[in-house]
Amino acid sequence: MSDTHAHSVAYVRETQLPQQPPPSTAAGPVKWTKDNLFSNIPYTILTLAAIYCIYLILSGFLPWALNGVWNTSNIRECREVLEGATGGCFSVLTERWNQLVFGTGYERSQYWRPTLAFALLFVAAAPVLFQKLPKGMLAFTAIYPFLAFYLIWGGTIYTPILAMVGFVVGYVVYSRLVAGSFAAGFFGGLAAAVVTWWLGGIVVSAITPDETFLAAVPSRDMGGFMLNMILGVVCVSLSLPIGIALALGRQSNMPIIKWICVIFIEFIRGVPLITLLFVANVILAFFFPPGTNFDLILRVIIMITMFSAAYIAEVIRGGLAALPRGQYEAADSLGLDYAQAMRLIILPQALKISIPGIVNVAVGLFKDTTLVSVISMFDLVGMIRGPILASTDWNGVYWELWAFAITLFFVVCYGISQYSQWLERQLATDHR
Amino acid sequence: MKKSVFFGALTVAGVAAGVAAAGTLDDVKARGKLNCGVTTGLVGFAAPDANGEWNGFDVAVCRAVAAAVLGDASAVEFVPTTGKTRFTALASGEIDMLARNTTWTFSRDVDLKFTFVGVNYYDGQGFMVPKELGVSSAKDLDGATVCIQTGTTTELNLADFFRSNNINYEPVPIETNAEAQQQYLAGACDVYTTDASGLAATRATFEAPGDHVLLPEIISKEPLGPLVRHGDNEWGDVVRWTLNALITAEELGVTSANIADMASAAGGNPEINRLLGTEGTLGEMLGLSADWAKNAIAVSGNYGEIFEKNIGESTPIGLARGLNAQWTDGGLIYSPPFR
Repeated sequence: MSDTHAHSVAYVRETQLPQQPPPSTAAGPVKWTKDNLFSNIPYTILTLAAIYCIYLILSGFLPWALNGVWNTSNIRECREVLEGATGGCFSVLTERWNQLVFGTGYERSQYWRPTLAFALLFVAAAPVLFQKLPKGMLAFTAIYPFLAFYLIWGGTIYTPILAMVGFVVGYVVYSRLVAGSFAAGFFGGLAAAVVTWWLGGIVVSAITPDETFLAAVPSRDMGGFMLNMILGVVCVSLSLPIGIALALGRQSNMPIIKWICVIFIEFIRGVPLITLLFVANVILAFFFPPGTNFDLILRVIIMITMFSAAYIAEVIRGGLAALPRGQYEAADSLGLDYAQAMRLIILPQALKISIPGIVNVAVGLFKDTTLVSVISMFDLVGMIRGPILASTDWNGVYWELWAFAITLFFVVCYGISQYSQWLERQLATDHR
Repeated sequence: MKKSVFFGALTVAGVAAGVAAAGTLDDVKARGKLNCGVTTGLVGFAAPDANGEWNGFDVAVCRAVAAAVLGDASAVEFVPTTGKTRFTALASGEIDMLARNTTWTFSRDVDLKFTFVGVNYYDGQGFMVPKELGVSSAKDLDGATVCIQTGTTTELNLADFFRSNNINYEPVPIETNAEAQQQYLAGACDVYTTDASGLAATRATFEAPGDHVLLPEIISKEPLGPLVRHGDNEWGDVVRWTLNALITAEELGVTSANIADMASAAGGNPEINRLLGTEGTLGEMLGLSADWAKNAIAVSGNYGEIFEKNIGESTPIGLARGLNAQWTDGGLIYSPPFR
């Protein structure tokens, strides 16, 4: 090529020029700023206004957060240290940390118990949440509820062992009888478990020593964020299977089962949670014989579980309704019976569709556990509103405490939400 | 959770629902623990400290009763109650007594079927306003927004006061004292009204207490005292006379410092002897041990000591004795004689 033009053209560039970086006004942060923040006059005004707002917020927040006091023993000392300067009295968090997290029930040397139970929660939940983990870990998940109960409540170890034995006996009887009919298996297993618990209860009270390895902690003294976690975890894990059962029951062809489920769901959904909690706290006491001490946490767990089960049932019913009719017919045409069809074909698809809704209920439920503060239980919110703000030491410290509570709840709820999005991506098998 | 609780649900059906209630005193002795209803937290009156130990003016009454009945001031299960749950908790038998700065009124005594056993604090409802508002009398508060706790007598008193003075106000309903403080400081209301003791305690925690004034009007009588259920007079007597023992101890000069001496042998003052059980059979009449009053007083001292330690002038709350001085000092605190 160069030969062709060698005579007619004075100079021919034989190589391409190296690429020049674009001028600084047409690339990089300057261009981005210009395009996105100052592209025309209204945008510029909005940008300046937004920057001013951010400045206002940070100029209030940063001195408060960075100039905070972390090691005084009451609000008066804290104010002395600050000498009128802006700053948070974060020492309320350090001084009352144990109360905020564990409530008032544990001796200082016993905090390892709830902490260990919390750490083990992740081990127990992992195989349920992440399918790739070895299935053997599920054995630990099965033991975990009893172990956690023992760690948190303490007392004699025979109680959780007996509870576990009851479940095992019930399951053995169930698996013997279920071949005959499901109803015989179910009620036989239930009866066997109840009899085991009843007989075992007598034995356990007889052999319980006065001094137990882990000191018993009364439910009344449980509190702090631990109480929110207990209520949240227990109620979500119980309400999921109950919710599935209710959703299937509502679609059942058997009228009694169908109507029981419909009435239960509609009644519970029609009543505010706070009224159920008031019933659990004050009204139920009138119905029990005097001297009966039906554990308050247990009452609250039952009420919250019923409440969220009704909501989860409706979410799952939505998932069931979204499945094409052909899926049900396909299951029938394969000759599967009801249980097999549900387990292998219908529920895996319906539950996948329902994940966002279930997580929505779970997150809402977890936050609703703070309502127990209204029935004078000292959960995180109750602890802040009651004992801490009412002590002569810390009366008057608000922002620090509520910011702490918000942070804890946000971390947990955001974690749940992120997990559910990840799970949806994992289960997205339709290659859309 | 005790195992009895774990199986409670299963056995409830088997227990006869109509078990006649034995006397509360026997119940408490059998249980070995006193279930005492307290507030979820009120500065100076009841709140758990950093170690979970309950302290306060009302809590001291619970502990004194536990010491009198069981001989052990720590044998108390403190049941926190809110303004809304306190009466059902007592009526249903969940608690044996309620010491939760509760005002003794006709309808609570007669209609709700409780027995107020005495008065441990004479209070009255007052108003707190910011100084810059320039208000010097509650009668100038026409059109003001008022922060008020719901479910309390203060709410009703306020309505009565404004109606009888023919002025208007706008209530801002609030659940707890702590919340009210915050709302008041944030300017959500011009006036905060509650018992004068509560106002003083609240103002003491402000960063600038001098910027707020308590108005001179006290618009109600609020005799606060412990209460029990109607119909169990033996138990009511125990709580009443435990409170009276604390009051009498102050009158007679029995303190936590000298009580061990005074109780060791009968002394020169026959009433002290009867009170401390070195003479006479007062304890036996109540169904308690002879040294019941000694145990009660030894926990945290006499009435005056309890007052000073929890809400008195040496504390940040700094309440003066005022109406709550002994009758000999011009106050209203007065106990019938121990005879």
